[in-house]
Amino acid sequence: MLAHLPVLPIIVPLLAAPLCVLLRQRRLALALALTVCWATFAMTLMLLGRVLAEGTQTYVLGGWVAPWGIEYRIDTLSAFVLLIVSGIGATVLTYAPLSIEREIRRDQHYLFYTAYLLCLTGLLGIVITGDLFNLFVFLEISSLSSYALISLGAQQTRKALTAAFQYLVMGTIGATFILIGIGLMYQMTGTLNMADMAARLNTSDGPRTVLVAFAFLTVGISLKMALFPLHSWLPGAYTFAPSVVTAFLAATSTKVSIYVLLRFIFTIFKPSFAFEVLPLDVELMVLSLVGIFVASTVAIFQTNIKRMLAYSSIAQVGYMVLGISFASVTGLTAGIVHLMNHALIKGGLFLAMGCFALRLGSTELADMRGVGRRMPITMFAWVLGGLGLIGVPLTAGFVSKWYLITAALEQGWWQVAALLLISSLLAAIYVWRVVEVAYFQSPAEEHAAVQEAPTLMLIPTYALIGASIVFGLWTSVSAGVAHEAAQRLLEMTP
Amino acid sequence: MIASLPPGMILLIGSLLLPLLRGRIQAAWLLLLPALSLLHLVSLPQGNTGEWSLFSYQLTLVRIDSLSQIFGFVFHLAAFLSALYALHVRDTTQHVAAMIYAGSAMGAVFAGDLLTLFVYWEITAVSSVFLIWSSRTESAYHAGMRYLVIQVGSGVLLLSGILLHFHETGSLVFNRLIGSDGQLLSASPAVFLIFLAFGIKCAFPLLHNWLQDGYPQATVTGTVFLSAFTTKLAVYALARGFAGTHLLIWIGLLMTLFPIFFAVIENDLRRVLAYSLNNQLGFMVVGIGVGTAMSLNGTAAHAFAHILYKGLLFMSMGAVLYRTGTIKASELGGLYKSMPFTTVFCMIGAASISAFPLFSGFVSKSLILSAVADNHQLVIWLGLLVASAGVMEHSGIKIPYFAFFAHDAGIRCKEAPWNMLLAMGITAALCVLIGCLPQALLYDWLPFIDTGTGVQVRAASVTPELNFQPYTSHHVVTQLQLLLFATMAFAILVRSGIYPPEIRSVNLDSDWFYRRPFLGTPNGGPSPVERLSTWAQTLRQKTDTHVLTRLRQTEHLVRGFCSACGRQTNSIRAMVVWVSVLLTAYLLFYYLYV
Repeated sequence: MLAHLPVLPIIVPLLAAPLCVLLRQRRLALALALTVCWATFAMTLMLLGRVLAEGTQTYVLGGWVAPWGIEYRIDTLSAFVLLIVSGIGATVLTYAPLSIEREIRRDQHYLFYTAYLLCLTGLLGIVITGDLFNLFVFLEISSLSSYALISLGAQQTRKALTAAFQYLVMGTIGATFILIGIGLMYQMTGTLNMADMAARLNTSDGPRTVLVAFAFLTVGISLKMALFPLHSWLPGAYTFAPSVVTAFLAATSTKVSIYVLLRFIFTIFKPSFAFEVLPLDVELMVLSLVGIFVASTVAIFQTNIKRMLAYSSIAQVGYMVLGISFASVTGLTAGIVHLMNHALIKGGLFLAMGCFALRLGSTELADMRGVGRRMPITMFAWVLGGLGLIGVPLTAGFVSKWYLITAALEQGWWQVAALLLISSLLAAIYVWRVVEVAYFQSPAEEHAAVQEAPTLMLIPTYALIGASIVFGLWTSVSAGVAHEAAQRLLEMTP
Repeated sequence: MIASLPPGMILLIGSLLLPLLRGRIQAAWLLLLPALSLLHLVSLPQGNTGEWSLFSYQLTLVRIDSLSQIFGFVFHLAAFLSALYALHVRDTTQHVAAMIYAGSAMGAVFAGDLLTLFVYWEITAVSSVFLIWSSRTESAYHAGMRYLVIQVGSGVLLLSGILLHFHETGSLVFNRLIGSDGQLLSASPAVFLIFLAFGIKCAFPLLHNWLQDGYPQATVTGTVFLSAFTTKLAVYALARGFAGTHLLIWIGLLMTLFPIFFAVIENDLRRVLAYSLNNQLGFMVVGIGVGTAMSLNGTAAHAFAHILYKGLLFMSMGAVLYRTGTIKASELGGLYKSMPFTTVFCMIGAASISAFPLFSGFVSKSLILSAVADNHQLVIWLGLLVASAGVMEHSGIKIPYFAFFAHDAGIRCKEAPWNMLLAMGITAALCVLIGCLPQALLYDWLPFIDTGTGVQVRAASVTPELNFQPYTSHHVVTQLQLLLFATMAFAILVRSGIYPPEIRSVNLDSDWFYRRPFLGTPNGGPSPVERLSTWAQTLRQKTDTHVLTRLRQTEHLVRGFCSACGRQTNSIRAMVVWVSVLLTAYLLFYYLYV
């Protein structure tokens, strides 16, 4: 059984998804999905333990040895991302039943659970696989299921359909670009196994085909991770999707795309090619810095808080990419650790928004007046998350910012460090707007009877927010693992 | 477990219990917290504890030495007395904010490294603003907002400085930051940023407006808390990091002089005290700048005495505000009939701040003045004498005179509540005791010694050996001459009608420069910022139309991409254009580079 551990986090949710359809009954489907999600979380936890103890784990599917067969390959980075995705997946699903009760039609609940499990499978698969074509397949599984998940918001507002359609068009373009890139790479090397391809790829004189493949891949992945200026699909999708879906996708989907970017740059093409031969570091840095400022500024002017948080997500993706663009151990550590910290913070924030949506029936800023008095516990969680977004000390956000600034100073780019500090002020402004409305304005009369959110929803919210505080104080696990992963990526011995 | 708790942590954690308690139990807990914390502090030996590694940086959460001990001790005293003064308040928010504020200030004083200092630094900023907001008026809200922006700005500068400093030296330990030559100009940008951050909190000239802006807007009891911690924390930080920085002498001198003029014409008596706070800080900053053991001891002693008498003055003015509902000099007067005890306490505070012999201000300020004289800084010494006369003018006479004497405004009210009187009484007693027994109560606890090779913070076992006698005939006579002539000047000026009359007015300070852009014209017209944004909007509309025309011209190209898309999918069109633009750009770059 344990020999098959690397493949189980994929197989179990993948098989459970059609079972949900067959069960149809929403309670049974929920029970199955919950069990599967938590089991998956336990398995990824064991996987991380094993990777840290024994080093990289490989698994050969169907006995076909790599490079001919499909190989699953889990190193520190993938084990870390796997744990984040499955942890968020399990926590959010625990929160889901009460929230979708209001936001999704009852007879569609089993479809929600199915799509959710499929999406989880896809995201985990992308991270776990060592095969490029397999990666594309999982990318499509996760994308298609997330289009379906977003469109479930149509019960609340018809705009969810347009948003899902936009995401579908853009996501398909992104996936096609990635497929084109993979195809060209296959043409050049004759293999689809990542490790094998890395060994065979000759980038010394920069063949045109490789350049084109690299361009297609970077653009495709940038689209999937919503890097400025390819971000416009994200605000609509996050705003109109059901609360649970937003929380899940915001915390996992873009993070997995960043993982893919790391894989391509560092494992397959090698940083010497991407950053020294080609100017990818400069391009990423410029785009991420512009993205941080544009998205944070736009966020300040939003009237819908889910939309505001969506724009903030685009800015936060900028921080992660900025860390990667430094191409140093500290920079990469910053990027990877922020990947996790932001998953926790933004996941927690969107879960808190789900509580507001449940009780207030709206996520508009104007409807949040005085909610700090009506729903103090939920609002406190939101404030803690908001502090994390700003990067206030004692929160996880501070750890990421600290590493980012240290990395910038290491390179001697104090201007970048100064920009980072200024951008925190922008975050402070958009977080403050909500705090001010929630605490300093008197509650609207129609919300006089509003109660605190149900405990079953508060516990997962606080689990994520609490984790973001814990990892702000106790950094040896998060930053430690991220540091090791970064060193592995840069192929230095720890 | 208890022993490893950082000082101040009892207040930080204990304050979280306050919302659960009500009435008398809450009040008792409020008093118990500083007392418990003080016991805890006394039980701690000197040395570094609380080593903690945060992402591979070695932090020292607690460093206890003579310097931090004296500040920590007086902070506890101030926290206890202010809590006693605020005992009648039934506003849990204020109590929690005050305790967190005091606790974080204590934590900051005992922080052994810069990062820990920064964390506490920010907590003091965020918690203290609630003492201003608790007034619950529109103007207090805005003043609090400005206060918060400036305080957090100081924190951001501090963090940037710390990061740069760490990058340069690889160390986060908080010790002397300035070089041995004491020249700020030759210091690194990191040190300069930290200096600026400290300077904002210490209300250096031109960086001072948050103090006069925020403190008078705080609640009656909030101001008493505010006056004790923030600026003295900055004085501590400067004494630790920037002792002997020559520039500080001149900054300090300027700080002692310029607030006098504002204080004399100001009508809001709590704002007068805020200006005089600034002026007293100036003496301490001069002491830090001189940098000898005596002057630094003078700074520590003056900070100690100052926290008490300034607190006492703010308490007495708070009592007046609490009972009469106003603090405008033009509306007060003759209150000694209604509030005799408050009058006496206020006069003790006034005598202390003016440095009358036998009061606490005298024994601490003499140290600084003598140190300056020993250092042969004639100009500075004369300047400080002028400033001392000014203190007498605006704090020593003006405050009690206009509130309790002058023309009788006809206000008849009750004496202050018992807890306020008790707090004022204890503080007043301390002021007199320190003035009468300086050696045992103050001088024996001073932290700095001159080892011959340089000034150092003494170990617990070393006695300070301060050869200073405040009550020589020379000191006393000089001081009395100064005070009597200042009093005479006041009397003549008031008699002859030259003294600025107490009128309701707004006095312009340098904050005009950053507040003016947001103010509309008196007749309701738009403010400069509003006009700027209107202009920017028109400009944007113009460019938008321009760009739109251009875009329409090329639209058939775009339409070719997705003619099938309906009207709803405009943004898809834009996104696809971006995708192709980016792909082209990437390809172009790659081809150019290889």
